[in-house]
Amino acid sequence: MPAQTSSVTRTGNVADTGYVADTGYVADTVEHASVTPDREQPYEALGVKPDEYARIREILGRRPTSSELAMYSVMWSEHCSYKSSKVHLKQFGEKAPDVARGEKSCLLVGPGENAGVVDVGGDLAVTFKIESHNHPSYVEPYQGAATGVGGIVRDILTMGARPIAVMDPLRFGAADAPDTHRVLPGVVRGIGGYGNSLGLPNIGGEVVFDSCYAGNPLVNALAVGVMRKSEIKLAQAHGTGNKVVLFGARTGGDGIGGASVLASATFDEGKPSKRPSVQVGDPFMEKALIECCLEIFAEDLVVGIQDLGAAGLSCATTELAAAGLQRAGVGGMDVQLDLAPLRDATLVPEEILMSESQERMMAVVTPAKVARFFELCEKWDVTATVIGTVTETGRLRMTWHGETIVDVDPRTLAHEGPVYHRPFHRPAWQDALQAATPDSLSRPKTGEELRETVLRLVASPNLADKRWVVEQYDHRVRGNTVLAHGEDSGMLRLDEESNLGIALATDGNGRYTKLDPYAGAQLALAEAYRNVAATGARPLAVTDCLNFGSPEDPEVMWQFAEATRGLADACQTLGTPVTGGNVSFYNQTGDVPIHPTPIVGVLGVIDDVTRRTRLGFEADGDVLLLLGETRDEFGGSEWSHVVHGHLGGLPPRVDLERERLLAEILVTGSRGGMLSAAHDLSDGGLIQAVVESALRGGHGARIELPEELDPFVALFAESAGRAVVAVPRAEEQRFTDLCRSRGLPVAHIGVVGGGAVDVRGQFSIPLDELRRAHTGTFPALFG
Amino acid sequence: MSPRIGVVTFPGSQDDQDALRAVALVGAGPVPLWHRDPELHDVDAVILPGGFSYGDYLRAGAIARFSPVMESVIAGARDGLPVLGICNGFQVLCESHLLPGALIRNGGMLFINRDERLRVESDRTAWTRDYAVGQEIVIPIKNGEGRYTADERTLDQLEAEGRVIARYLDNPNGSARDIAGIANAAGNVVGLMPHPEHAVEALTGPYPGPATDGLPFFTSILKQLVAA
Repeated sequence: MPAQTSSVTRTGNVADTGYVADTGYVADTVEHASVTPDREQPYEALGVKPDEYARIREILGRRPTSSELAMYSVMWSEHCSYKSSKVHLKQFGEKAPDVARGEKSCLLVGPGENAGVVDVGGDLAVTFKIESHNHPSYVEPYQGAATGVGGIVRDILTMGARPIAVMDPLRFGAADAPDTHRVLPGVVRGIGGYGNSLGLPNIGGEVVFDSCYAGNPLVNALAVGVMRKSEIKLAQAHGTGNKVVLFGARTGGDGIGGASVLASATFDEGKPSKRPSVQVGDPFMEKALIECCLEIFAEDLVVGIQDLGAAGLSCATTELAAAGLQRAGVGGMDVQLDLAPLRDATLVPEEILMSESQERMMAVVTPAKVARFFELCEKWDVTATVIGTVTETGRLRMTWHGETIVDVDPRTLAHEGPVYHRPFHRPAWQDALQAATPDSLSRPKTGEELRETVLRLVASPNLADKRWVVEQYDHRVRGNTVLAHGEDSGMLRLDEESNLGIALATDGNGRYTKLDPYAGAQLALAEAYRNVAATGARPLAVTDCLNFGSPEDPEVMWQFAEATRGLADACQTLGTPVTGGNVSFYNQTGDVPIHPTPIVGVLGVIDDVTRRTRLGFEADGDVLLLLGETRDEFGGSEWSHVVHGHLGGLPPRVDLERERLLAEILVTGSRGGMLSAAHDLSDGGLIQAVVESALRGGHGARIELPEELDPFVALFAESAGRAVVAVPRAEEQRFTDLCRSRGLPVAHIGVVGGGAVDVRGQFSIPLDELRRAHTGTFPALFG
Repeated sequence: MSPRIGVVTFPGSQDDQDALRAVALVGAGPVPLWHRDPELHDVDAVILPGGFSYGDYLRAGAIARFSPVMESVIAGARDGLPVLGICNGFQVLCESHLLPGALIRNGGMLFINRDERLRVESDRTAWTRDYAVGQEIVIPIKNGEGRYTADERTLDQLEAEGRVIARYLDNPNGSARDIAGIANAAGNVVGLMPHPEHAVEALTGPYPGPATDGLPFFTSILKQLVAA
């Protein structure tokens, strides 16, 4: 098979290394493996369990070659195979709307592809997904976080979509811990450095501190893209004779986990020995790759496409070949691995197969379109190389300078990995934790004590203004950002003619989930759902990033089982299907896992973005209404965390029907032009929301708390299913009638106006004083 | 026919689509220009947009100045072609020696994206005629290397010749003499660190506002071209 390369690679190092002779590398061929069945292989050092190794031998009918072993080890890893989580994740599909039974669904592509795709109306589809990059970000904060953005953006691109925004929910150890000052600034600069250079607005996310994340920060990254429904691309290789093209960055030695154990001493001398286990990103290359791919898609030049992320070439080749076989019933792929353009000419096949070098893609192209494909790559200075051909052998075969080093059924790598029913049980300490309620904690009673508590909470790291972080992100580029940081959700205009738009919010609360994993996961969904609705968008679909400790710990596995069950049930009730996501296990330091932390992203759609609702109080005289019910709920609250360092009891009660009703009212109010501001109530309760709205809009508020409630409970409780809205006087009657007719509790709690947040009979705090407290924390900590 | 305003796309340009949108919003004809193509396609003015041309790995704008399109832009600018360089475009203009001085890493070393208050200092350039001298406006900045610097003599000369076109009211990055933008002696070439193309729509501009203070950059040039 002739190597066809663009002009960029012709001068490259593929053909001219003479490297086989230089290094003395001897390929472990299929033929060799067949006649040396007893050769010892370092499978355990690659993370392959003895029974998994036995299964590989059974599948192949011989021992694997070292290249095959490398591929199985990465494809059957927890990260790629979801072997511990699969049996739980399948609920997301089982509990999704059943189209076959006539249930309505917005899903065009569900879980299993690179990202789910959702119908947002007209001929437009939106794809979005969240992923973790926790461990690399702890080792090397800048590159870990940067490549997290790069990876999720390529997943979105792979679906055929133009990436249009990113968001980053982040969790760190205690804000004043020394290591947080190593990790956080690097992570934030990495996200900005990569995302800004891609020209993607960063429109939201979270920054949360808790000492449980000290040795294990959570760096989750969400990306969203848009395409015409007719342009959805799938990862599949079919059509005998079609070409397999590797394009983008050259393959280097970065991100190679355990491959080094496969390298024998004979060729170690004289090659670069330091291998960063964290990948290094090149956003400039990725930007070129994005624009190049979009032009390739626009001319319909690919049969299938796949990005190279975790497990690199191993994953891309097997996923493409397996999907082709699965869909068409016939397929296969031959790859000449020695044609892959390299950054480091001394890499051996096992390393090339496992390399996680960034900014690479693989496409399947009909021979007639290869020339045009290469022209577009040349236009964007993107290296492209034909490295293989689609066959009908049913096998994925790879050669290295003419010798066969891989010969497998790709489905055994991609789909038939091990599945574990990990044991799980409710932790013995769970009852004691839930029994240790915050009821006995001392509460502020006087107006002066309440005032001090307000100032302390608005300045606490989790509730303080995050400008120091988000000002390092470009939220404006592309010019369609309607709402971003500091609002309840990020919102983007999709269509400048119709003003159709989408909103996105991510939420999660590890403390709630620790107290009750089932409820905690539901509360994460409820909050993101509420945040989307508060801006006027109708919640549509869900993506999730499930951050947990080790699945080999039965207590962690119970948390995981409960949380997935809770989330799946809640998605079913709210009619918002899970479109895809990511599981991140082993988030723990020694034997101590993080709080179970499912992060939920909700996508909503809004017909007319000019009708969006902001959260800032903008007009004196607007009436403030509290929607929903407030209860004495402080389990897992910010108040008990900040003031007492306490975690115990139960999280706020979940009422999904109430959440749905509240969302409907908020969307109706927005469409009808009845709301001048809306803000969801969550961490820190009513007073935190009022302070944020007052500071954002620059107008104070005069609050009269409902008489039947204790002032402390009214101000700080974190009951779910609530929002505060500002309504012009002229709309008050219409809006309260709407709430009452639908059965949503509504209480008049004051008016917008003045230069202070004034709670009648209790305290008054000038906006300037609130602003100093709220905005001073981050610069003092990190500036 | 409405005047044609070209916007150059370098590899790594990010705000090219935004500049094209701003041009269209005021009723001029937006014309995308490609870095490898020296042909300017009969445009009446050129905008060099924000972004990270060629990755900005060496020095912001250092590679872009050698691109084929820049040969034509530089020659045109010397003959009076109106050119506006925004952010990375400003950096390219300095690297091209169409404007004096340089943009270096921000004082705080961080990338800053923020709505900034500016005072307009000149209404005598092709791009600022629709402002009044002394007018205070709000325009977003978003850059990591936006700190304007030049030797004292150059700065004195810029001041004396009225070529400082806008200053920061709250200097965000340590720019010399609070300079946010400058012009060449003829007034056809303007470099500006803030992004006027991100302050052209009520829906997406600075909040709480004013949201559309960037529009006069684009109406200024349109009026001049129509009059010409």
